[in-house]
Amino acid sequence: MVIIGAGECGGRAALALRDLGYEGPVTLVGDEPHLPYERPPLSKEAMTSEAPAIKAIASDELLAECSIRRSHSVRAVAIDRAEHVVRLSDGSSLAYDKLLLATGSVPRKLPMPGLGPRCVYLRTFNDALAIRAHLSPQNRVAVIGGGFIGLELAAAARKLGATVTVIEAQPRILMRGVPAEIAEIIHKAHEAEGVTILTGRGIAAIADDGAEVRIELAEGQGIGADLAVIGIGAMPVTALAAEAGLAIDNGIAVDGMLRTDDPDIFAAGDCCSFPLAIYGGRRVRLEAWRNAQEQGALAAKNMLGANEAHAAVPWFWSDQYGLTLQIAGLSDEGRSTVRRDLDDGAFILFHLAEDGRLVAASGIGPGNAVARDIRLAEMLIAKRATPAPEALGSQAVKLKSLLAA
Amino acid sequence: MSDWVEACAAGDIDEEDVMRFDHGGRTFAIYRSPDDEYFATDGLCSHEKVHLAEGLVMDDIIECPKHNGRFNYKTGDARGAPVCVNLKTYPVKVDAGKVLIQVG
Repeated sequence: MVIIGAGECGGRAALALRDLGYEGPVTLVGDEPHLPYERPPLSKEAMTSEAPAIKAIASDELLAECSIRRSHSVRAVAIDRAEHVVRLSDGSSLAYDKLLLATGSVPRKLPMPGLGPRCVYLRTFNDALAIRAHLSPQNRVAVIGGGFIGLELAAAARKLGATVTVIEAQPRILMRGVPAEIAEIIHKAHEAEGVTILTGRGIAAIADDGAEVRIELAEGQGIGADLAVIGIGAMPVTALAAEAGLAIDNGIAVDGMLRTDDPDIFAAGDCCSFPLAIYGGRRVRLEAWRNAQEQGALAAKNMLGANEAHAAVPWFWSDQYGLTLQIAGLSDEGRSTVRRDLDDGAFILFHLAEDGRLVAASGIGPGNAVARDIRLAEMLIAKRATPAPEALGSQAVKLKSLLAA
Repeated sequence: MSDWVEACAAGDIDEEDVMRFDHGGRTFAIYRSPDDEYFATDGLCSHEKVHLAEGLVMDDIIECPKHNGRFNYKTGDARGAPVCVNLKTYPVKVDAGKVLIQVG
């Protein structure tokens, strides 16, 4: 078994193969020098902690104990499907019976001239360290893109005292996947912490002379920054698969069992698009930690012949200041919403389809205030439940009681 | 070893639910199972030190509210990614309507 990509998905898949009792050779190939590690902290704790360290998914000892061979700092450059061999950038080759592509995603590049050394992206631990070095009270940070990465980073930068401006081209932050009502809470939290958020503002030009980044907005305003962090989405890493002739459709196209059109090659995590069973097989690609984990584990099962279909409900979260946002399901599946207010200003929006089916739930509140109810909502979504809107909207009705119904 | 500490009244916790209990600078989670037995574990998830009492109890399982790490609260066993370190468990008894735990 060969796994290309040693992030959350690949790392989990390797461990799952052993958990499932597979005793043959397992090789995990990654282009970073580090052990497989969790990426979510990179825009959060790793930015603000005194001594940032990777949060490893598996230690060297565990990998050794599991006889997982880790090939690091090396890229897969070609797949020879006829020969069942992967060629690596160091000139070596790996033979496989089953291959998993867990190549992840990379930051979408800002398609503009003028970017320089002070215009950076965040994906890896090394990226995080480089950004962190610039987060201090005397520095001005421009965050280009008001998505999760950019906003979490803005929160971390404020915590370290930097002056922060977020520039978003869309009319509001978190346009993709987050309801306006919740985005507004986050927007206000940032403003209360001293972040300047400019929405609906395109960028006309960027100039980076190595000492300062000058950003000219379309309306004429100019912003100077010591660092510009660009967080405008992610692109699936598909070149290896495409060159091997595998089907690509907004990611490496896989079926519900995470198989590509080659029966011996699977793909999972950020790099793949797959039919989401709970929404009638709608093809999606998810850039989410839990999805990477779940699909890594499922791919491992299916590489061993389980033929099990993906059935999970998408789940995302974000932490900014003291607020946690959690979303189960994809809210754009909903046609109407029901609001449930919880203690401490927390609330949940339940998204219902036309036929009354609960298809998603988005919650925000301090700490873990929404966690239980979002988890219960997730189970209701998985069951394709059609709970009464009045019950969803009333804090007096326990969601757990709806699950039993 | 016989340091039993009163944590709460038996009725303070619903069936199939959990409550946080802090004592002596430590934090615990006390559970009441669907079949009306009481259990106690360390209060913080072994993944990222989150209070488990804010999580969801389903049958024998407590789920961390943050990243859905799962544990069997009766045995402390970690049940898969992202958690791999088991929770410590503590003896619990109910006496005259009070829940006592041996914090040891």
